[in-house]
Amino acid sequence: MKKKLLSMALVSAMLVGALSGCGSDDAKKGGGSSGSGGGDTTAEEGKVINIYSWNDEFFKRVNAVYDQVDEVSKDGTVTKLKDGTEIHWIINPNQDGVYQDKLDAALLNQADASDDDKVDIFLAETDYVFKYTDAEADVALPLTDIGINPETDLADQYDFTKVIASDANGVQRASTWQCCPGLLVYRRDIAKDVFGTDDPVKVGEKVKDWDTMKKTAEELKEKGYLALASYADTFRLYGNSISAPWVTQGETVIKVDQKIMDWVADSKEWKDAGYFDDTVKGQWNDDWNKAMGSKSKVFSFFFPAWGIDFTLKPNWDGDDGMWAVTNPPQEYNWGGSYVLACRGTDNPQHVKDIIMAVTGSKDNLLQISKDYLDYTNTVSGMKEAAADSKTYASEFLGGQNTFEYFAPVAEKIQMAPLSAYDQGCVELIQNAFSDYFQGKVDFDKAKANFETAIKERYPDITEVQWPE
Amino acid sequence: MGSRRKRVNYAKWGYIFILPFFISFFIFSFIPLADTIRYSFYEYYRSGIKEIGPNFIGIANYIDLLKSDMLKYAGNTFILWMIGFVPQIVIALLLASWFVDARLKIHGQQFFKVVIYLPNLIMASAFAMLFFTMFSTNGPINSILSSLGWIKKPIDFLGSVFGTRSLVGLMNFLMWFGNTTIMLMAAIMGISPDIFEASEIDGCGRVQRFFYITLPLIRPILAYTLITSIIGGLQMFDVPQILTNGQGTPDRTSTTLIMFLNNHLKSKNYGMAGALSVYLFIVSGILCFITYRITNNDDADGSKAAAKKAKKEGRK
Repeated sequence: MKKKLLSMALVSAMLVGALSGCGSDDAKKGGGSSGSGGGDTTAEEGKVINIYSWNDEFFKRVNAVYDQVDEVSKDGTVTKLKDGTEIHWIINPNQDGVYQDKLDAALLNQADASDDDKVDIFLAETDYVFKYTDAEADVALPLTDIGINPETDLADQYDFTKVIASDANGVQRASTWQCCPGLLVYRRDIAKDVFGTDDPVKVGEKVKDWDTMKKTAEELKEKGYLALASYADTFRLYGNSISAPWVTQGETVIKVDQKIMDWVADSKEWKDAGYFDDTVKGQWNDDWNKAMGSKSKVFSFFFPAWGIDFTLKPNWDGDDGMWAVTNPPQEYNWGGSYVLACRGTDNPQHVKDIIMAVTGSKDNLLQISKDYLDYTNTVSGMKEAAADSKTYASEFLGGQNTFEYFAPVAEKIQMAPLSAYDQGCVELIQNAFSDYFQGKVDFDKAKANFETAIKERYPDITEVQWPE
Repeated sequence: MGSRRKRVNYAKWGYIFILPFFISFFIFSFIPLADTIRYSFYEYYRSGIKEIGPNFIGIANYIDLLKSDMLKYAGNTFILWMIGFVPQIVIALLLASWFVDARLKIHGQQFFKVVIYLPNLIMASAFAMLFFTMFSTNGPINSILSSLGWIKKPIDFLGSVFGTRSLVGLMNFLMWFGNTTIMLMAAIMGISPDIFEASEIDGCGRVQRFFYITLPLIRPILAYTLITSIIGGLQMFDVPQILTNGQGTPDRTSTTLIMFLNNHLKSKNYGMAGALSVYLFIVSGILCFITYRITNNDDADGSKAAAKKAKKEGRK
């Protein structure tokens, strides 16, 4: 009998071992700590604030500017506030949709999760923020629900960031500290060689609109240089200034904007004329990174503030001061991380404070601009920064004050309302037409490929309409 | 009475000890399998964060799939598999017969066996990543070729159908030929040396020996290799996925069936993905059945079948 009991115990131990694999994993993902001060679930605020993000960007900024921060744990997963509340950081990488998968799973589980496991704040990028601000999905709280009045409290924010952060009814459900107007970044040595000057104002004159820039590209080509790396580099300039959303709210038809077709036509023309680097196909790959190196013949790139810092700088292998910024041929916004308050949060007061501290306080935003070179979401603050060339000079750009160039672009940006299908549309239309630019398929086949791909990605899409 | 029962009870420990496997199989393999089949009859996906369905829609998913480009992707999968499999089986047969040939006496056999098996140990995705970097237009292969003066302009390997498919084939070949070699070696070593000796005494040449003795006698293992490779090929995913960034470029000519399945899973389209899985399941099932028949048939030379046939005829 003893033996029997023992073996039963062994078997059950094995079973538990086999099954617990998934269970414990989930608990970790939820960032659940039922440890210290757990059971306290009175009408007061919860003890744990769970923040979902894909990198340490928001983590760093909260720790830097939120005045209630007491200490940050060494492994960077927990921030302790002065009143004893803990912020738990749940960070999953953006690659291959991992972040959204984990976040979606947590959001679908939100109603059943215990208070300490509930998502309180999460972040979303411009390309997919609408998936979460969507009124029908209703996973992000309207800012008014947590006591933020966008019209007064966030009056100093750029209008287009508010458009991005709003649902189809115009209710603002997100807020950002970051504003991502883009500029043209060019190589000074190439400019000197071709135009005889590297002065940003004179170079800006040469790229002030697409027609002028085309002539400039021809000039560069004659000297053996390339105007841009690839057709993907210009996409955001066209793609983020479309006049209507990809999909109108309540419909299941994708309407491809005329601007996108302009991008296709212009890119094909530029590609065939030899203004792009033929070896670079799209962005975020090795060839593209190499095009930013000192051996490359590529004259310019289109980048917002983060692009210069996170992409161009690490790929540049020459001295500082070899690049400069100037106005782009068309104003555009590229990227931006939005902060959303999650429905069902048990810490509304803290959530409000954090969002206000990081996205709604001019002093804090200027601090972020100084420390992290973000172009931040404060109209008046950025005007000051643009005028203050001493504090905001960039060494990498040879002492240029980038804010001087960003500010006018930011003020002119017009964003079309978003739709929940933007991320797939933006990604797949570039993929589909990439084959066309390289001469692998004809125009109609590229269109057909886009239709196939988009219907695979979004099963509810019934039709794709192309402009006449 | 008690002692008799105890004796009978010994058998049950066996069952109890294999129980964990069956329980975990049931929970982690069987239930998902049943669910996949069930959901293939439903409309069930996510639009943004909203869940649509599950709504029962009969076999609509199956019909939609037949109307889509599924067969084209099946064709792609087959072509990619063939490009890898043909050289793989040829080289493996050659190496296996060399390695076990008593007359050749290859030195350092063990070393070579390890080396040819090594690529199989690398994760397929890491391997694909490596090839992606090596064969990119500004990658090392192009710089070597141009510094040797063989080419003037960099070759766009991944931009052409031929280049992409050959690279996928090459990778599958490199990863699997060692494995196949070792399997075939075992098969050849299983042949009784008497037969080889007898054939040599009868004046059989090396080529003849290979075609008339070795090949027919390893046929069951050869068939097994073929079928398992087809099933593996049906599930080809990581190599083309990573090599083409999940796009199956150019013009979707390197999109395999599982990459197609993966595209549906981006929107958590369990219905459509389930239906596709069921198609794959049926095809793999048929192939498994064939393997089973071949490997469980100890009638390698066909004598039993012949005897049966004779008997049948005799009855008539």
